[in-house]
Amino acid sequence: MGTLQLEVVTPDKTVVSTQVEMAVCPGVEGEFGVLPQHVSLLSALKVGALRYRVDGKDQYVFISGGFADVNDNVLSVLAESAEQAADIDAARAEAARERAEKRLAEKSEELDQRRAEAALQRALSRLEVARLG
Amino acid sequence: MPSLKDVKMKIVGVGKTKQITKAMNMVASAKLRGAQSRIERFRPYASKYHDVLAELSRKVEGSAHPLLTEHEEKKSCAIIMVTSDRGLCGSFNGNIISAAMKLAKEKAGAGMQVSFACVGRKGRDAVRASTYETISAYADRMGSIDFALASTVAQEVINGYEAMTYDEVWLVYGEFVSMGHQPPRTLCLLPLATPEAASSEEAAEPAEAGKARCEYLYEPDEEKLLAELLPRYVKVQVYRGLLDTSASEHAARMAAMDNATRNCNEMIGMLTLLYNKTRQASITSELIDIVGGAEALNG
Repeated sequence: MGTLQLEVVTPDKTVVSTQVEMAVCPGVEGEFGVLPQHVSLLSALKVGALRYRVDGKDQYVFISGGFADVNDNVLSVLAESAEQAADIDAARAEAARERAEKRLAEKSEELDQRRAEAALQRALSRLEVARLG
Repeated sequence: MPSLKDVKMKIVGVGKTKQITKAMNMVASAKLRGAQSRIERFRPYASKYHDVLAELSRKVEGSAHPLLTEHEEKKSCAIIMVTSDRGLCGSFNGNIISAAMKLAKEKAGAGMQVSFACVGRKGRDAVRASTYETISAYADRMGSIDFALASTVAQEVINGYEAMTYDEVWLVYGEFVSMGHQPPRTLCLLPLATPEAASSEEAAEPAEAGKARCEYLYEPDEEKLLAELLPRYVKVQVYRGLLDTSASEHAARMAAMDNATRNCNEMIGMLTLLYNKTRQASITSELIDIVGGAEALNG
C-alpha cells in the first residue's frame, strides 16, 4: 500500500508535512478516513482531532476547524490553528476549560454563551488530543 | 563665527543622534527578517486557499452568497486602513494615509458615507484629525499581529456588510514589493471579487491541475462550503495586509534610518571642518597678537 502526503497548514506555519499511510479527519458531517488514492474531495472540518498513521503508529493533531482538500494523493488541511499533541499546553487548555465552564454557568447574552461553548469545545478537544498523544 | 566649544558640542550631539539612528536601523533590519519569514510561512496557506476557492466558485454559479453580491444602493463605505504604530519610517505612513484619504474623498464624492477602521496608531490619529468617522481602532497592535486580530477586524466589516450597514469595504495597506519599494495598495474587499479573476493575477496554477480537479466530492454541499470559505477568505486577505504592512514598515524604517545615519556622517564631516577652521583662526589671531606685541616692544 502506498502513502499519501499530509499537509496541515495554518496562517502562521506548516504544522505537519509528511507521508502518511492514512488520515482520519473530523468532518462537519462526521469523521472520514482518507487512504492513498482517495478521490478528490473538499470538506469543511469542525473542531477536533485529526489522526494520521505513520509507520503503523497513530499520531494526533488538534484542529480548530477549517478545510480539508484531497487532490492528487495530497491531503491539505487548512486550519486557523493546529497543534501537534506534544505541543499542546495541557495546563492552559485545562484553565481555558474551567473558564469556559464558568462562563457557561453564568446567565449571559446569547452571543457570549455561544462563544463560551465554542471555547469549551476547543479546550476539550485539545485535552483529548494531549491525552491521546 | 561660533566659538570652538559650541562646535565641539554640536559634533558630540550629532554623533549621539547617529548612534540612535544606527541602532534603529539594526533593530528594524532584525524585525524585518522576522516579518519576512512570517510572510513566507503564510504563503502556503494563502495560495492553497486561493486554489480551493477558485475551484469552488467555478462550481457555484452566480451570486450565491451575500458577500459576493453587490449592493444596489451604495450609501456607505468602510475603509480598513493598516499603518504602523510608530513614525521615523520616512513617508511610509504618509503615503498610506494619503492614499486612503484620496479613496475616501472619491467615495464621499459619489455620495457615500465614509467610515474608517484603523489598525496602527498613525492611521488612527490621522482619521481622528479628519472629519471622517472611526468605526474601530486598534493601536499598538502592529508589534503583535496574529490571525485573531485579522479575524476580529474582518468579522466586523463582514457583519456590517451582511447587515447592509456598509455597501462597500476597502482595504488600504503598505504592500511589500521589495526592500526599497513599499507602495500603498488599495484593495476592494467587499463585495468580494470572484476568486477566479483574482487567481489570474497570480497565474501560478497550471491549466492541467484545473482539469484534474473536475471530479470533486463536496461535503457538505458547495453552497454551504462557500458560505464557510468566503468570510475566511476576507480574513486571509486582511491578515495578508497586516503582514505586508508590518514588513513594509520595517523596510521603510531601515531605509529612513540608513539615510539619517548617512546625513549624520555628512554633518559631522562639515562640523569637523568648521571646528578646524575656527581653531586655526583663533591660533592665527593669537599669533598676530604676540607678533604685534613683540614689534611694539622692539620699536
